[in-house]
Amino acid sequence: MAGYGVPVSPFVTGASSDEVLTAVEADEGVTYPVVAKLCGRAIAHKTERGLVRLGVADADALRAACDELLGRAVPEDGSVEVLVSSMVDGNRELIAGLNDDPQFGMTVMVGVGGILAEAIRDVSFRLVPIGEVDAAEMLDDLTTQRLFDEFRGEPEADRSAIVDALVALSRLGAEEAGLRSADLNPLILVDGKPVAVDALVEIDSDA
Amino acid sequence: MPDLSSLFDPKGIIITGVSNHPGKFGFVTLHNLLSSGYEGRVFPVSREPGAVLGLDVLGSIDDVPDGAADMVFICTPPAINEELLRRAAAKGVTAAFCAAGGYREAGPEGAEAETRLIDLCRELGIALAGPNGQGVVSTPAKMCAQIVAPYAPAGKIAIASQSGNFVSSFLNLANHTGVGVSRAVAAGNASVLGIADYLDYFTDDPETAVSLVYIESVEDGREMFDRMLPLSGRKPIVVVKGGASAAGARAAASHTGALASDDAVFDGMCRQAGLIRAKDVEEAFEAAATFASQPLPSGDRVVVVTTVGGWGVAAVDAMADTRLDPIPLPVDLLAAIDAKLPPRWSKNNPIDMAGGETRDTVPEILQLVAEHPDVDGVVLLGTGIQSNTAAMMRQGPFFPEHGLERIVGFHERQDTRYAEAATEISASTGTPIMVATELATTDPSNPAPASRRAAGQLCHASAGRAIRSLHHLAGYAAWRSARGLEV
Repeated sequence: MAGYGVPVSPFVTGASSDEVLTAVEADEGVTYPVVAKLCGRAIAHKTERGLVRLGVADADALRAACDELLGRAVPEDGSVEVLVSSMVDGNRELIAGLNDDPQFGMTVMVGVGGILAEAIRDVSFRLVPIGEVDAAEMLDDLTTQRLFDEFRGEPEADRSAIVDALVALSRLGAEEAGLRSADLNPLILVDGKPVAVDALVEIDSDA
Repeated sequence: MPDLSSLFDPKGIIITGVSNHPGKFGFVTLHNLLSSGYEGRVFPVSREPGAVLGLDVLGSIDDVPDGAADMVFICTPPAINEELLRRAAAKGVTAAFCAAGGYREAGPEGAEAETRLIDLCRELGIALAGPNGQGVVSTPAKMCAQIVAPYAPAGKIAIASQSGNFVSSFLNLANHTGVGVSRAVAAGNASVLGIADYLDYFTDDPETAVSLVYIESVEDGREMFDRMLPLSGRKPIVVVKGGASAAGARAAASHTGALASDDAVFDGMCRQAGLIRAKDVEEAFEAAATFASQPLPSGDRVVVVTTVGGWGVAAVDAMADTRLDPIPLPVDLLAAIDAKLPPRWSKNNPIDMAGGETRDTVPEILQLVAEHPDVDGVVLLGTGIQSNTAAMMRQGPFFPEHGLERIVGFHERQDTRYAEAATEISASTGTPIMVATELATTDPSNPAPASRRAAGQLCHASAGRAIRSLHHLAGYAAWRSARGLEV
């Protein structure tokens, strides 16, 4: 994703607590407090299964969190690892994504994100590929425009940075063969700029 | 892609299955075609010899002079239509409207007959509309070739519909409002010609200013998008969609997939392609009628002008869920209006004249507002109330004594004048001026709506509906302007 210019929070991964701690030590983009998640090709929704640890304060706490998360894996998950990234601070969460629609082909979406995204359903779709004008209009389409104003001490949203992220996502949707869908949820606004802290990518097994 | 000009502007029409029975499709089609004043040659064909509606019935298409007809309207059953089309093609026919049913909609045998019909028309080079459709209307050709009513006044709206009923609905609305139609066609089973083909034709058609389509099923959404995108920048296309698609949403592991309802994706496609999507048939027709008769606004800034009262407040409220912006009155405009009204006027937007207008005030204020560079659109409310009073005076027991005749005439002339001023000023300033009053439906003979109708201009039935239409114009203008197209 980052290769296409989608803004992703820096992260490291490891299959054991030792691997994870070494990787965190070596990567200056990842600083405490961190978030740790159990990831695997067959794991879709981590929050629902309790596979996310937020606000992990230091190396000792991270080691404990890694051991606990790895212990929660079940055989159906297949090969798993722990992903660690810095805690990203922002009150506003968007969702962005891709979906290969049966009638319209690959589509790109942006909306109000977070765990209530599917209940709120304030979203806007376009057909891939989109340009900057289309992406800006997608933001205009959302009902919750106040999300983009100054908000609880955070600055106004940087619309052009969100537009760039959507155009990058669209490019990924156009170029990656076999992609069925992808979620960036949440896409957190940090100092007004979007940062993806979690991604789900669904690949067609035939591709 | 066949040329559709012989479907919409035929020089002569063969009608098959004509009967003396006034309940049969063949009879009704012939009746409607002759009643609408079609000036080309008409050839009724039937196995029953004789005359129908004063025309001699031909026993066979072979009896039609070579080259005298280029369109055939088919009211005969599937079993004989392939043979009829071959004979028609031999006479020079290049377009067919097949009203007959009994095709795909009737089961597997019908579906086979439809496949043969498609292949045959391709082989013969015939542009096939239908089958199983109600007909085609073309006012430049004075042609109502339909198995049902109505015909419509001439105008600039072109209609294509996946449901024939909605062709009738749109034509009824054209008759009611006086904002007329250029072409109208029911796609029927759309076995050869589909909505996008008609839109291609309408976009090139000099008689058409705006296309209006009703869509029920989208088989290939991507193809629809690819075909509409190059058209919508040339002429506005208003879309109303009914029903959920057959394909439906697949079970999705992702939130994005779960959020991708048919409607959300279709809506996004419309926004991206510059299609103007209306929520129902009335809104769609009114948007199309407004595109057909008003200039495009250059932005979202709207000023409401009302003779009295709460109408203006309600109009501003109605803008809340639109893109329109009820701007504060610019200082110079406020001063200019202040010079023309007694002090009790609202001194803000909405401009409530508070009954302070005299003979020339309404046209003068409309002019000042519409020509102001900070105003992109105007909504005029409260016309017709003078004539409403006049109507009560005219019908009351004291008319025409007590000076009533004179004042009734004055009131009615004033409302006519306001309607004319709205048309003239929107044309001369390039600023759209919506006119709305419920009298458009409650008393269409009132001079306010009647004068609008006579001028081919829409009189909306409420401020809210006028605002929806203006919202659609402004949305389309913004789409154009964001892509560097002229507004």
